[in-house]
Amino acid sequence: MNVLQFILQNHAEVLQLTAEHLWLVGASIALAVLIGIPLGIVITRWPVLSKPVLGSANIIQTIPSLALFGFLLPAPWIGARADRLAILALTLYALLPLIRNTYTGIRGVDPAVVEAGRGMGMTDRQLLWQVQFPLALSVIIAGIRVATVLSIGVATIAAAIGAGGLGEYIFRGLAMVNNQVILAGAIPAAALAILADASLGWLEKRLSPA
Amino acid sequence: MNNSPDAGPAIKFRDVGYRLDDGRDLLRHLNLEVQRGETLVLLGRSGSGKTTTLKLINRLLTQSAGAIYVDGRSLEEWDVIRLRRMIGYVIQEVGLFPHFTVARNIGVVPQIEGWSADRIQSRVTELLQLVGLEPQLASRYPRELSGGQRQRVGVARALAADPEFLLMDEPFGALDPITRAELQREFLSLQQRLGKTVVFVTHDLREALLLGTRIALMESGQLVVALRPDEFLRSSDPMVAAYVDAFKTEVSPAPRNRDERSE
Repeated sequence: MNVLQFILQNHAEVLQLTAEHLWLVGASIALAVLIGIPLGIVITRWPVLSKPVLGSANIIQTIPSLALFGFLLPAPWIGARADRLAILALTLYALLPLIRNTYTGIRGVDPAVVEAGRGMGMTDRQLLWQVQFPLALSVIIAGIRVATVLSIGVATIAAAIGAGGLGEYIFRGLAMVNNQVILAGAIPAAALAILADASLGWLEKRLSPA
Repeated sequence: MNNSPDAGPAIKFRDVGYRLDDGRDLLRHLNLEVQRGETLVLLGRSGSGKTTTLKLINRLLTQSAGAIYVDGRSLEEWDVIRLRRMIGYVIQEVGLFPHFTVARNIGVVPQIEGWSADRIQSRVTELLQLVGLEPQLASRYPRELSGGQRQRVGVARALAADPEFLLMDEPFGALDPITRAELQREFLSLQQRLGKTVVFVTHDLREALLLGTRIALMESGQLVVALRPDEFLRSSDPMVAAYVDAFKTEVSPAPRNRDERSE
């Protein structure tokens, strides 16, 4: 039986697992955006914080994903449901590209443009929202893109703690020593990653200022 | 806005110094007055302190010694945002917002000042005409303009909220000679009509002589002299003479017989 047949026969389950996968990735990216972008902005204002914040986000990324899932298991409320736990772990992984790109994007805005805005009497807030943030937006989207593609891959491992998603097939296939089943999880996950990469790449280009 | 618009100089520097964190002095004991409606040109080499002087006026930099008065009030008494909004600012790299159309760029200060959309639009149209730009350019982005057009937009943007003062930091420095001459002429006729108080930074003596009602020569963070253009050319001050000489050598062609000898 080839992969395509397997997917067609089990299309309801494939769709179900894909939806779970998208939920894990979507929720964690949304959370990471809500935390990472403001944090990235904060460290452009208080540069003393940039090293510790970026450093911590960096360290989190070096923790192997399976270990991170394990570490978070005893956490109250979070540990009670596998998908919450997976979302938290994925959020933590997604933070680095978001914080870093927000920070470098805003710092990379042409100083002449910023000075012109300041010299004309823009307040810090006006300068941030009318000039710096829009001009950094394509770099920030690039960060979201990296984080999303990364999350789609890491989310397959979330099946190991019972959080569902396309990783279910991969682990099941490994247990059954059945490549078809592994591929039934891996191919849709790869397709999701390619799709996310292409569409966010398009958005990034569209929002690029020059 | 002004408490006493006619009393005293428009801008006054009293014993102003500016020192970097590393202890270097970029500006020392500067005493200078800018009269209402005049174009004061700050002339000098790179690193002479002219741009520093300019940025002290709109508080992009803050002096480390002395006091600066605008409209008779010391800068510390001004709300910095209010102060900047009554001072138009034009810089060499133009600093146009690349993600804004020409119209939005020109309308920035009116917009942050909370003007109505209609009023901003009619002001933008008026300004485009004033600086000699086609009204169709309003919807273009800065990257679609030539260097000269961008610089005109920069001037229009600085004039948008009808500020009393204009600070111009080598605004025509990056342009080709023909466009530069064109913009200099237009600046003169504009200034005749508007009569703003202008502080203009340049290293080009020709530009200084053409545009300035007074020329303040700066060297190593100090003011050498501040003279009218005709006085400047006649001055016996060695530093002024050196600047004028350097300028003359620059414009006169190489001596012909030397060329012949080298053949």
